[in-house]
Amino acid sequence: MSVLEVKNVKKRFGESEVLKGIDFKLEKGEVLAIIGSSGSGKTTLLRCINFLETPNEGEFYIESEKIFDAKDAGSLNEKTIRQNRLHFGLVFQSFNLFPQYSVLKNVTLAAELLEKEKLKAAKASRTEMGIALKRIEKHALELLDKVGLKEKKDAYPCELSGGQQQRVAIARALALNPDVLCFDEPTSALDPELTGEVLRVIKSLKDSGSTMIVVTHEMEFAKNVADHVIYMADGVIEEDGKPEDVFNDPKSEKLQNFLAKSLEEI
Amino acid sequence: MSFADVTIKLLNGFGVSLALFALTLVISLPLGLVFCAGSRCRFKPLRYIVRGFVYIIRGTPLLLQLMVVVYLPGIAFDTPLTKWTVFGGNVSAAYFFGALAAFVINYACYFSEIYRGGIENMPKGQYEAGQVLGMTKSQIFFKVILLQLFKRILTPIANETITLVKDTALARTVSVAEIFFCASEILSLKYIIWPLFYAGAFYLIFNAIVTGIFNYIEKKLNYFRA
Repeated sequence: MSVLEVKNVKKRFGESEVLKGIDFKLEKGEVLAIIGSSGSGKTTLLRCINFLETPNEGEFYIESEKIFDAKDAGSLNEKTIRQNRLHFGLVFQSFNLFPQYSVLKNVTLAAELLEKEKLKAAKASRTEMGIALKRIEKHALELLDKVGLKEKKDAYPCELSGGQQQRVAIARALALNPDVLCFDEPTSALDPELTGEVLRVIKSLKDSGSTMIVVTHEMEFAKNVADHVIYMADGVIEEDGKPEDVFNDPKSEKLQNFLAKSLEEI
Repeated sequence: MSFADVTIKLLNGFGVSLALFALTLVISLPLGLVFCAGSRCRFKPLRYIVRGFVYIIRGTPLLLQLMVVVYLPGIAFDTPLTKWTVFGGNVSAAYFFGALAAFVINYACYFSEIYRGGIENMPKGQYEAGQVLGMTKSQIFFKVILLQLFKRILTPIANETITLVKDTALARTVSVAEIFFCASEILSLKYIIWPLFYAGAFYLIFNAIVTGIFNYIEKKLNYFRA
């Protein structure tokens, strides 16, 4: 059974149709890499999946259960959208850490707010609340350890390098235990010497079984880490398959050109 | 008139200046938020009305606005401010609150534009980061945006506040007995000019305090970059 199924997603901005019917399935523990040139709709697709944009057409299923149908999009309330978002985590190109909070607080904030909301509704006692907050902090510290930044827990984002900030952002996205973790060009804003540390963290997440969608320009990474590669061009999936097939034996001319340009030595 | 007499008279006037300053600030800072909400309202007629109003207030002299608020009720509607029952015949209270109203409206308009600039320049990524973490709109505003916004608008707010300290002197044109009013009274009655400069020193010292407070807050917020 697929963790995520995306069916016939279309998205228009005014006159221009950015996504022209996207379908794919994602199995548990699978890493999907989405490649393609700028403007091909990769980022828009990721933003639709995370409900930052609302598709004009299409459906999303989580473990065969329909969580979104563009036909009913108008009647969705904020609560349902929030609920749906929690199936997904998103790591942004520009990190978007909360600058006024410490590294640890960045990771715990959303989980704490969610837990407080839940416990308040259940009229839980102060001690229960305290236990829950302790558990969230413990989980956050484990996650920071996982991305190699436990000793930076009290630092503020402005004191960190871009690579470190992005690793905090990854820990923050993991704090809510999303079913699918999405990355929107996670290394595009980084200096070349910092991309490695971020990619290594993503690779380690694959080894611990996270299901991920990575929009990336790092072809080597897509080739070596992804289980499945989608090549997008002009709002459609032009080609998809196993990385060795997509990279070594591209069928379409567009992909051949794209790969030739991407791998071109200067 | 001795130095002590002048000091006492000026201190009385300065009390009025301070009251005008503090009340204007306390009322116009939140009122600016209301204007800001209006000028960003999705309902277009309201948005245009508020923006038009802000344009007029920012585009005309405060001096004129003071006169309009204080004298127009008497001239145009035959109900002078001083005769309003709320003031119970207290003429100086009528002038004071008239001036206060003009100051509040004027400063709320300036503050609303500062807020608007701050909100519209907030990076979208901060909202989106909150959204994908399942936060509600109000959680995003209060837990993520507000402090960053505060930091971003602190400098322009400080500028306006310092200007306000000095602008209170305009209230003398509508017979409010603030410090400059008192100093010029001494000048016209006793023909001594130095109390005017003495009054200037009051503003200078008070603004030093205001600046110090803002610097302190700024320093407190220096631990992060917004």
